[in-house]
Amino acid sequence: MLEIGAITKTYQGTPAVRDASFSVARGELVCLLGPSGCGKSTLLRIISGLTACDSGKISIEGVDMTTTQANRRPTAMVFQSHALWSHMTVAQNVGFGLRVRGLPKAEIAAKTAAVLDLVGLAAFAKRLPAELSGGQAQRVALARCLVVEPKVLLMDEPFSALDAHLRKGLREELKALQGRLDLTTIFVTHDQEEAMELADRIVVMQGGRVEQVGPPGALYQNPSTLGVAQFIGAMNTCTTNLRHGAVDWYGVTLRMHLPDGEVALLCRPEDLHPDAKGTAARVTRVIDLGPVTKVTLITGTGDLLTWTCPRDQAPDLGRVLTLLPRRLHAFRSGALMGLMEAPLPAQAQGATA
Amino acid sequence: MKRTPFGGLILLVSMGLAMLGPIVTVILWAFAVKWRYPHLLPTEWGLKFWFAMLGRETVITPVLTSLALTSIATTTAALICWPAAYAFARLKFPGRQLLLFSFIAAQAVPKFALFVSIAVIFLKLGLVGNFWGVVVVQMLSAVLFMIWIPTAAFRGIPPALEEAAFDLGASRLRVFLLITLPQAMPALAASYVLAFVSILFEVDSALLIGAPTITTMPLLLMSLSAQIIVQEAAVLCVLIWVPCFALLLLSRRFMTARGIAQGFGA
Repeated sequence: MLEIGAITKTYQGTPAVRDASFSVARGELVCLLGPSGCGKSTLLRIISGLTACDSGKISIEGVDMTTTQANRRPTAMVFQSHALWSHMTVAQNVGFGLRVRGLPKAEIAAKTAAVLDLVGLAAFAKRLPAELSGGQAQRVALARCLVVEPKVLLMDEPFSALDAHLRKGLREELKALQGRLDLTTIFVTHDQEEAMELADRIVVMQGGRVEQVGPPGALYQNPSTLGVAQFIGAMNTCTTNLRHGAVDWYGVTLRMHLPDGEVALLCRPEDLHPDAKGTAARVTRVIDLGPVTKVTLITGTGDLLTWTCPRDQAPDLGRVLTLLPRRLHAFRSGALMGLMEAPLPAQAQGATA
Repeated sequence: MKRTPFGGLILLVSMGLAMLGPIVTVILWAFAVKWRYPHLLPTEWGLKFWFAMLGRETVITPVLTSLALTSIATTTAALICWPAAYAFARLKFPGRQLLLFSFIAAQAVPKFALFVSIAVIFLKLGLVGNFWGVVVVQMLSAVLFMIWIPTAAFRGIPPALEEAAFDLGASRLRVFLLITLPQAMPALAASYVLAFVSILFEVDSALLIGAPTITTMPLLLMSLSAQIIVQEAAVLCVLIWVPCFALLLLSRRFMTARGIAQGFGA
């Protein structure tokens, strides 16, 4: 449906997007996720045609769109700032795309009314943008795009200016609407929770590069680069040296069949579990998050560990626990080397903390 | 109910008197035939001096000349300056800031000196005493209003507003006509009115470039002020005031972006 091929964009010598490639299937919702300044918004603008790329290729339904101007592309973009035109009513804002296409007035009115109904703002047609709340304004901005029936809907952090509660509601609404209309959508966000909830697939970007593409669960379970592992979800990171198939993990020696050298061992907070042979650590903080409890511990080596455990297993403050990882992701120079399921300690260590 | 403080009321009344007093007095004079000292209001009303003034060709010609001059100069300046202001606001080109500041620099020079040097050039070009010569020189008075205010207005429009329209399929021209222009219109209208009024009341350039063949309303007013008949000057004052006031009223309509959008059929 949408093919992004080796897009590169440089601003005054600084690369904003480097060799970015991915594809989007019909009806799929893909999130571009990354920290601010990672090039995700630039890439979205390149897809919309508002920004020209230096090299690469964009095609929609097999038609090359690389040099097509934004007003001739079958895409429509929802801006972060909603960008509604303050001198037009809600209905005029929504009808604009049809008006510039030269549709008859009656048809514009009918389609505008239908789309406003779809986003639940039928009663607001005659209002001015200034009279809308933030959430309503963003829904009008969405309606303004939907009415022209774009082949690809582009959304640039549309909910980031709204408060958390509203954001969640709009997310649900968008997901339902997108599924119902079978809309091919690219959604830019820096909020990984938003991306995980919305996306069929996530494109993780860092430093202008596409780091990894995959369904939310796969990115969380099997990050392919150190950057993705650290950006998505929380990780306990232990940088250490691997020698003769053994590695020191916070004072515990673990067997590891990997080539020698420096290695970063990452473990999800929920992948830690109490084990007599594990590393000893003292509980310094216990945070009850409701469904789970987040525990911060300090190891004998002075490193901090985060462990999330079921509520009923929450330890008391100051207690010394011994913990082992259930899964360890090993990275070298940012690239994945291996994934260890239940790595075994070479020898038991005494509690020293 | 909020109570108006007494002091505020006094301030309001005195400011009202200070602002409206002179205008009211001038209007009263314009319709007075007899108005002598102890009487608060004229004792005899009438349009005598209006007929007298409007019957004189030496009055009618400058009035028409002024209106034509000002309309042409302001409109031409707008057509040149507004697109230039858009360029200043949206495009990046070398020397942009320098050019923008040069408009202020020109304003800092004493106008009279500027007009004298222009008069020397215009004399060679045969533009002195010529209607179009005056139009050109009067446009200069408008440049500052017509460049700076619109540039600020165009700059104040978020680019996303234009991009959203372009993205939805509008051509560059339609984006400008349907989005940019209505958004900037309150400021553009303000700049037009300010420029119009300042050109209408411009004396120096008209005197230096237009004399002796072109006489404008302010020049006529100056010559009349030297005479004794108060009513004649008052009639002329009202004549000058009316177009300015009408323009201000008209511009109020454009001061809301929505008004102009409807004007463009949005």
